[in-house]
This record gives sequence, structure tokens and C-alpha cells, in this order.
Amino acid sequence: MFAARNFLSRATANTLRKPVVNVPRVTAFQSLKIQQKNYSSSGTKDYTVREALNEALAEELERDEKVFIMGEEVAQYNGAYKVTKGLLDRFGEKRVIDSPITEHGFAGLGVGAALAGLNPVVEFMTWNFAMQAIDQIINSGAKTHYMSGGIQPCSITFRGPNGFASGVAAQHSQDYSAWYGSIPGLKVVTPWSAEDAKGLLKAAIRDPNPVVVLENELLYGQAFPMSEEAQGSDFLVPIGKAKIERVGKDVTLVTLSRCVGQALAAAETLKKKYGVEAEVINLRSVKPLDVETITKSVKKTNHLIAIESGFPSFGVASEILALSMEYMFDFLDSPAQRITGAEVPTPYAIGLERLSFPDEDLMVKKTAQLLRL
Amino acid sequence: MVLLAPLRASARVGVSRTRLPPPPLSAARYFASSVIARQSAPVKQRLHSDSVLFPGAVNSKFTNELKFQRPQDLPAIPTYRLIDTHGEVVDKSREPDVSQELALKMYKDMVTTSIMDLLMYESQRQGRISFYMVSAGEEGIAVGSAAALSPDDVIFSQYREQGVMMYRGFTLDEFMNQLFANKFDYGKGRNMPVHYMSEKLHIHPISSPLATQIPHSVGAAYALRLDQSSRIVVCFFGEGAASEGDFHAALNIAATRSCPVVFICRNNGFAISTPTLEQYKGDGIASRGVGYGIDTVRVDGNDIMAVREVTMRAREMALKEQKPVLVEAMSYRVSHHSTSDDSFAYRAKVEVEDWKHRDNPITRMRKWLECKSWWSGDQDQELRTQVRKDILKAFARAEKEKKPALENLFLDMYKIPGRDLEEQMAELRRIIEEYPDEYDLEAFDRGKEGL
Repeated sequence: MFAARNFLSRATANTLRKPVVNVPRVTAFQSLKIQQKNYSSSGTKDYTVREALNEALAEELERDEKVFIMGEEVAQYNGAYKVTKGLLDRFGEKRVIDSPITEHGFAGLGVGAALAGLNPVVEFMTWNFAMQAIDQIINSGAKTHYMSGGIQPCSITFRGPNGFASGVAAQHSQDYSAWYGSIPGLKVVTPWSAEDAKGLLKAAIRDPNPVVVLENELLYGQAFPMSEEAQGSDFLVPIGKAKIERVGKDVTLVTLSRCVGQALAAAETLKKKYGVEAEVINLRSVKPLDVETITKSVKKTNHLIAIESGFPSFGVASEILALSMEYMFDFLDSPAQRITGAEVPTPYAIGLERLSFPDEDLMVKKTAQLLRL
Repeated sequence: MVLLAPLRASARVGVSRTRLPPPPLSAARYFASSVIARQSAPVKQRLHSDSVLFPGAVNSKFTNELKFQRPQDLPAIPTYRLIDTHGEVVDKSREPDVSQELALKMYKDMVTTSIMDLLMYESQRQGRISFYMVSAGEEGIAVGSAAALSPDDVIFSQYREQGVMMYRGFTLDEFMNQLFANKFDYGKGRNMPVHYMSEKLHIHPISSPLATQIPHSVGAAYALRLDQSSRIVVCFFGEGAASEGDFHAALNIAATRSCPVVFICRNNGFAISTPTLEQYKGDGIASRGVGYGIDTVRVDGNDIMAVREVTMRAREMALKEQKPVLVEAMSYRVSHHSTSDDSFAYRAKVEVEDWKHRDNPITRMRKWLECKSWWSGDQDQELRTQVRKDILKAFARAEKEKKPALENLFLDMYKIPGRDLEEQMAELRRIIEEYPDEYDLEAFDRGKEGL
């Protein structure tokens, strides 16, 4: 879509990125180790998020011949991020389709095919490029079922990497959770772990509504333990249900996508440093949003912090704070807080980029402030 | 995907797709992937060859003459017609192949559409509906093309194709139910007037944002292709919509994915207020079809028989050869764009009156029918009186009908309503039961029970 994709050769992009050592990513790995302890049963295997997504796609293509994948580079090249690796060879070119570089074209084709009864999975190379197609996603995908009086379903999945990556600057580093999360008629999921990724993507494909799957590029290569059950082809993660990743009693940290790993790491530091037990909630779905799980947690901890890497204004964290006023006001011992990305188009320079997004230290610091530690 | 497909066998070049070693699976982004993935093996070039097989233009010959292609040097694509403005068949050996019965149905559907448009336009002016769009001047394109299709072909239309629906059997009651958003409206009152749909007639709901239906039609055609169906998709749009990105994206994908879809562009001379001369510089919309590698024809949209013949041929090609076809049907938008528009702000009334008298699909067909002695002035008067009566009856029925049931407040945003909506529904029911005197539910289907 944009020239940037062509004028930056792959080699250049790599050189440019080499010096980038992403600190938060290291902390995310640490949190992973913490979590792994919980998996004791045999049969658990490590999966990268990429492998989990790939398996989900393969299983759903296998299960339902109405499912097909379309996007730029998804077939011959196995996907810009290799999420669709091997699928062209296995399922053929009628079901794994390389599209011309035209987001509204293939998103629109997908919507049309869904209106005609197929279950397309439309891959955007990144959600940044999907802005070209947003009319198709919202005005056609999300609204047709309602406007047709319920006779015209649109079972389509839009997926791709969302949020900031490293060293790719403002036009490739934006979180769209709040954008799509505000649209009636869409469902929006934001997987963090490999199990989230597989279970939510499969649930999205089987869902009769249009579902937006906001993956995270920085998580693609990260390995997570996958339970034996989750390795099966019928494993689904219900859309609209949050998951308590860490049980705690002193403060509730509600977060999504990659920030879940960071929040888990922050929670361990809080325990070591202050003896505080933070409860970490992985939203998993932005729409519908699981207010119930958050409310239950806040009733117990009486403190709430919402964490996201999106922009501060009108964001997911803002929404959670608004909900806290409506549903949790009487249970809060102090004003709920939010930790978000900075109000700035994401800069390229590594120092600036690092300052643009919340990291584990910030989460620890803000939590300690909130609890007056 | 098919960049290398058109290579001629005679060129005797071996092309194989070499796979590069997979890139490192870090969190990297592979910007230049498309270039890399489709690199082919070195192409052998014949000595003194008059061309090189550039993958982007395999049939291009070398030339020593430096010459820019000037659009004005190319002849404009001709406009096909069978019947002239006097209602006479131009080439006597090519009498339209149509029975009297079918011809009269087509004529009556055009007349009914035009009278309905007139009455509904007036009703909007009286404040009885919020909005309306008439199709005056373009009835021939709608009815003529509909008459060429198989009844189960799938249709994606814009908002000026009342004639298509009329021909397919959308009843006057169905039109009126939508316009008055009563309980029989398929859209349950959620769409603007004229955004019709019919599941039974395979007509998809009309989408307001311009041109979005064009990629949809390609997707639906792709579904039919996968199904090896004997049906095709037909997509209508105006020449103004063809300026939207969706048009270009859709034609390009339809061509590259070989989708059985017939695109019918109604070129009526105006994109709301902007005349075509300011809308585009090239030879209409037809020239773009050629540019995308799509078989294209231009037809006189005021000649309903020509529209029918062209569409029949286009349908056959789309189906048999499994590929898209573009039809550009020329006409003149006699009407204002919509009830929100007064076109005399940007065009002279006399110009419109001129067109009305000079040429019109309805009068042209009537002249032809009278030439053949299939129709008379008396019959015409009788038809118009009857149609008017029928429309007003349907109008009155629809206006009196109840509104959709209350439960529809909560339905259809998702296939299965969420728990929050169920709770809200229960809450509304409770409130209504507690304060029955505060809520007059007479106007709604099934009253309180509709919840």
C-alpha cells in the first residue's frame, strides 16, 4: 500500500533495526518463565504465537471448506510474518490467495464473499494499512447484519499485527483496539499468549459475526507453553471473556495484548519489592469487554489500574476507567489510574520510542504511587 | 499471483518460481517481500528478438519511435444500439429477439418505476418519508439489464436500480413497506428509504457509501466460482462511484482472480452536481475496463433492447469464461440526484427539458412498440391510470401498517444478542409492565407482546 513497504528493502530494514534492543521485550520473557511454573502437566509444549496462529488457520481451513485466506503475500511468500506458512502448499491457491496491493479491494472482496456465505480470513500485513479499508470493515462488515434486519450475516475475520513494533516509526506503530472497539457490530480480540492466539483466532473464524483479531508483531516470535488441550483442534477461547493471569488481593491491573506480559513481570517486582499481590487480568477481548471479571476483581482489591500501549485519549484504558465509575465506584479506595502510550506519533529513534510506551518500571512505579507504598 | 501466467508457449522460456531461504523469524517486517517472492529464473532471450518478456508487459514490442500515447488520438469506444430515437430498428436485419409478452412486461415495469418515482418524490416533499431517489431517465438500463439475467443471478445495486427490482418481482407493497419502515420492511426500519433488499430475489441490501458494493460483488462472484455455480453476480454503480478507490480495487481483483461478475455502470452525466467532464478526463468508464484487462462494451442506455442484448452476451461470457465483463450504459439523469438536491442550481432547466423531449428510454420503447403495433396510445393511458391507482393503494396500506415489534430494538447487532442486551430487554419489559399507562404501544407490531 504505502511506498515505505517498497523503498525499505528487507536488508535495509534489518540493518536499521539491529541496534534496537527492546527492553520491555526482555521483561516479557521473564514473565513467561514465571508463568511456565504453572504448567506442570505432561503434554504441554512450547509454541510461538506465530505457530499457534498458523495451527489455528490450518485447522480451520481443514475443518470448514468455506474458510479461505486472502491478503498481501499470504500465499507464495507464506505471509509477511510467516503466519500463513505452508498453507498455500497444503490448501491450494483457491483458498490461500495473494491479493493485489489494495486493502479496500481485498477487504471488500472478503466482505462480499462473507455476504455470499463464505468465511473469509482477511490478513492485513499490519493493521496500520487497514485504514485504507476501514470503510469496508465498519460500514459494510460491521453494519450489514443489523441493517439487513438480521437476514444477511457477515461471517468474516480480519487479522494482522497491531500496535507498535520496533523501529518502524509512526505510520507502522499504532494500536487500533480503541478504534474497532468502539464499533457496534464488530467483535474485537487481542491475544497475548500462544493459547490466546490459537483459541481466539479459531473462535473468531467460527463466529458468525465480523471479528477483528489484533495480534502483536513483537509477540509473534515469543514462545509460550501450550497445554495438551489447547493443542487439540477443537480448542476455542470464548470471545468476551477475560482471563485472570495472576491472582492477587491488593490491586487489579487490567491490560491486554503484549502489556499482559509486562504487567505480570511488574507484578512479580511489586511482590518482591513491596510484598504487594497484584491481580493481573488479561482482557483477551476488547469487544465485548468483560466488565464482570474486572468488577469482581476490584471488589476484592479496591484498586484499579488499566494498562495499554495505545494512545491515552479515548482509549481502552479510558473506557475501563469510565466503566469503573459506572460499576465499581463504591468499591474503589482511590481513584482508578491508567498507564498508556504517550500522546505522540510513535518516533523512530530508539530512545524516543522507548519513552513512548509503558514499561515494567513505569507500571511498578505507578502502582506503588497508587497504593502509597 | 498470475504475473507470469500470460507467457506465450512459443516464447520457449523456462520460468520457475525459485524459493528463497526463509527470512529470519524475528520480529522483523519484510517490506520488499513481493519483489523477492516472485523472482523468476533468468529468462532466455532470442537473438534479435523484437521484444523482451518484461513480466509487467509480456506482449510489448520494441520501437525506435519515441511517442507518447495521447488519449485524444485514440477513437472513443463506440456506443452500441439497436433502436434509434424514433423507435426504429437501425439495422433491419437485427430486429430485437423478444416476444410481445416480454417486451410489454419490460415497458410496463419502466412505466411503473417512473410513476412510483414521481409519487414517492412528491410524498417526500409532503414530509411523509424522509428521503427518496428517483431514477428518471435510467429506467431502461435497470429494466433492460434485469431482463437479460437469470432470476437467481446475484445482484448488488447502488440506489437507482428500482427498475431491476421491479422486473424481478419486488412488489409495490414491498417497495412501500421499505419506504415507510413498517413491520414488513425487511430492514426493520434501519435503512434510509430506497435502500431495498430482497433475499428471495437475490438482491443484496443497498449500501450507502458509494462503490462499496463493487468489491462485495467480486467477493460474491468468487464464492460462486469456488462453488462452480451456473449463476453470476451483477453489480450496478454510477460513473461518479467509479471515481472511488473501491471501483479500481474491485475491477483489478475481479480481473486477476477471474471472477464471474458483470459490472454495469450507469453513466448518467452527473455525480450529484459534478458533470462527467469534471469527473474524469478519459473516454468514460469503459476505457478503464480495457485498462484492467476486462472485456468491455458501451451501450446506449436509452435503448432498452440494446441494454438487454448486451447484458445477455456479457452474462454468457462471464459465466462460460469465468471472468468479469464491464458494461457502460450511457444515459442522462433527468432527475435531481436525490430529494436532498436541486439540480437546477448547477444545470439549466431547459437542458433537462431538452433531454426529456429528445430522448428517453420509455418514449423510445413506446415508439418502437407502436411501430410494431404492439401498443397504442389508449392502452398507454389505461396502463398509467391503473399503475397510479395500484401504487397509491400500496402506499396507503404501507403507511397504515404497524411499526416493527419492540424486540427489534435489541436484535441483529450480533447474530446472537449479548447478555447485556438481554438484560436491557428484560428491564424494558419490566418498566413497561410496571407503568403500562405511560407507554402507548399501539403503533408497534404485537404491542407489549412484541418484546
